Amino acid sequence: MLRIKNLDAGYGKLKVLRRISMHVSPGEIVTIIGANGAGKTTLLHAISGLLKNRSGEILFDKREIGSLPPEKIVFLGCSLVPEGRQVFAAMTVLENLLLGSYVQQKQNRDYKVQDQLQKMYELFPRLKERRQQLAGTLSGGEQQMLAIARALMAKPKLIMMDEPSMGLAPLIVKDIFSIVGRLREEGNTVLLIEQNAKAALGIADRGYVLETGRIILEENADELLLNRDVQRAYLGRDLDSETKM
Amino acid sequence: MNIDFFFQYLVAGITYGTIYAIVAIGFNIIYNTTGIINFAQGEFVMLGGMISVALHAFVPLPAAILAAVILTMMIGAIIEILFIRWLANPSVLRMIIITIGISILVRETALHIWGAGVRALPYFTGSEVSAISVGDVHVSPQVLWVIGISAVTVTGLNLFFGRTLPGRQMRACASNRNAARLCGINAKNMVTLSFVLSAGIGALAGCVVSPITYIQYDSGTPLAIKGFTVAILGGLGNSMAAVAAGLILGVLESFSIWIMPTAYKDVISISILLLILFVRPSGLFGNKEAAGLKEF
Ligand SMILES: Nc1ncnc2c1ncn2[C@@H]1O[C@H](COP(=O)(O)OP(=O)(O)O)[C@@H](O)[C@H]1O
Ligand SMILES: [Mg+2]
Repeated sequence: MLRIKNLDAGYGKLKVLRRISMHVSPGEIVTIIGANGAGKTTLLHAISGLLKNRSGEILFDKREIGSLPPEKIVFLGCSLVPEGRQVFAAMTVLENLLLGSYVQQKQNRDYKVQDQLQKMYELFPRLKERRQQLAGTLSGGEQQMLAIARALMAKPKLIMMDEPSMGLAPLIVKDIFSIVGRLREEGNTVLLIEQNAKAALGIADRGYVLETGRIILEENADELLLNRDVQRAYLGRDLDSETKM
Repeated sequence: MNIDFFFQYLVAGITYGTIYAIVAIGFNIIYNTTGIINFAQGEFVMLGGMISVALHAFVPLPAAILAAVILTMMIGAIIEILFIRWLANPSVLRMIIITIGISILVRETALHIWGAGVRALPYFTGSEVSAISVGDVHVSPQVLWVIGISAVTVTGLNLFFGRTLPGRQMRACASNRNAARLCGINAKNMVTLSFVLSAGIGALAGCVVSPITYIQYDSGTPLAIKGFTVAILGGLGNSMAAVAAGLILGVLESFSIWIMPTAYKDVISISILLLILFVRPSGLFGNKEAAGLKEF
């Protein structure tokens, strides 16, 4: 579905991503884990078109999208839930969702906004209760749910999420991840970017490890969970002291 | 002080105030989608007035006004596409210089086409001498047109931004440009649309007000200053506050004639502008929260 070959990207003279190659197949949850500043957001911005300064190959559904602007890429079925939620704060929850549905309304005659809204309200009952509330007044977790629902309104083939757990309380993080799991059950394809490696690898099929702009590991998620380097660097286990005991 | 005079001045103040408010809303629409203060906003008002007068020589009044509004909208689109659209990440200073340049260009072109003469549309109904009288207060019918059309414009804009897809898309762009693009919204088209919209309501204001104030090639600048003052007074970007601020400035100006010579009328708005910029840059109705929730 998504295939990236030798992607370089950066800001002006600063090169952030170097020769990234990766892919996501239909029906998969793929996660990319990496520390703060590794280039995770930069990668998603390069795929979604927000970052123009990119070279290499980005194929979506076998189509080269490396030169398209973000508003065109969404129409192909590739949606991004941006880092830090970025809901339209001064607009109501319902308006946010309706804006998300624009892509489908414009190109799909059979699309029923109301049906899709109902689906979202089922997935996120909180949003239904608060549909007339301004998005800026929601809690962080609710805003994250809204950001995900807004992207889902477009019925994307691939949904990319940039650190959905960032800054949320553990209980809410659990909610969000269980929703990501449900998305897969419903046949969605997800590219999940996380610093919270444990939770992400827990639900993903495959994972990549991104370190200072390079992919240093690619493995099935359960194997990555057992990988000693990953455990030490990203899962916070102190292996040295464990072996001494 | 005579109570009838009081009402007479009040009505005059409200009339000018609504026009200032409309110009301020024009500023706000473009400011909200782009962060740009369009210093050529007054020129849209002038163009609306001048074009409608020119067309009225050939076609009936409603047609002349409609055509003038549409033509000015097209000019707004052309200006945006020629001078703004292709700029990658223009600095605020650069935008100020560009829009001032545009305003000079439009003004000089208008001078070239129409000369320096003063023009006006006829009264929409009645004439200069006819008046609707309530007791001893006499209100010109054109004043009612100005207030009525302004009210309809503001209501229409509210519906547009609150209920329609393009209106919501413009608000989304104002709120978060990147997130809007991720919803498939073409942000550049929204900027063009904001120029078209501002040009249209500016032109409409120019048409309705011209019978009272008359209009010439350089009428745009003073209106832009008043409109800008009102936009700042209400809090930049907030259009409902602009209506209130417009009425306040209009009425203040009108009553200032009692204590100062008419020639100093403009001093009021400049003083208010400076005062607000020093004391409350977020505007009368602005507060931190409102600044966070930018709205039309
Ligand atoms: N807009 C920007 N301009 C310049 N450098 C940036 C910009 N955004 C991010 N960077 C740099 O790119 C690197 C990767 O950042 P980012 O992709 O945000 O990392 P992550 O999402 O993994 O935390 C960092 O070193 C950061 O300083
Ligand atoms: Mg990031």
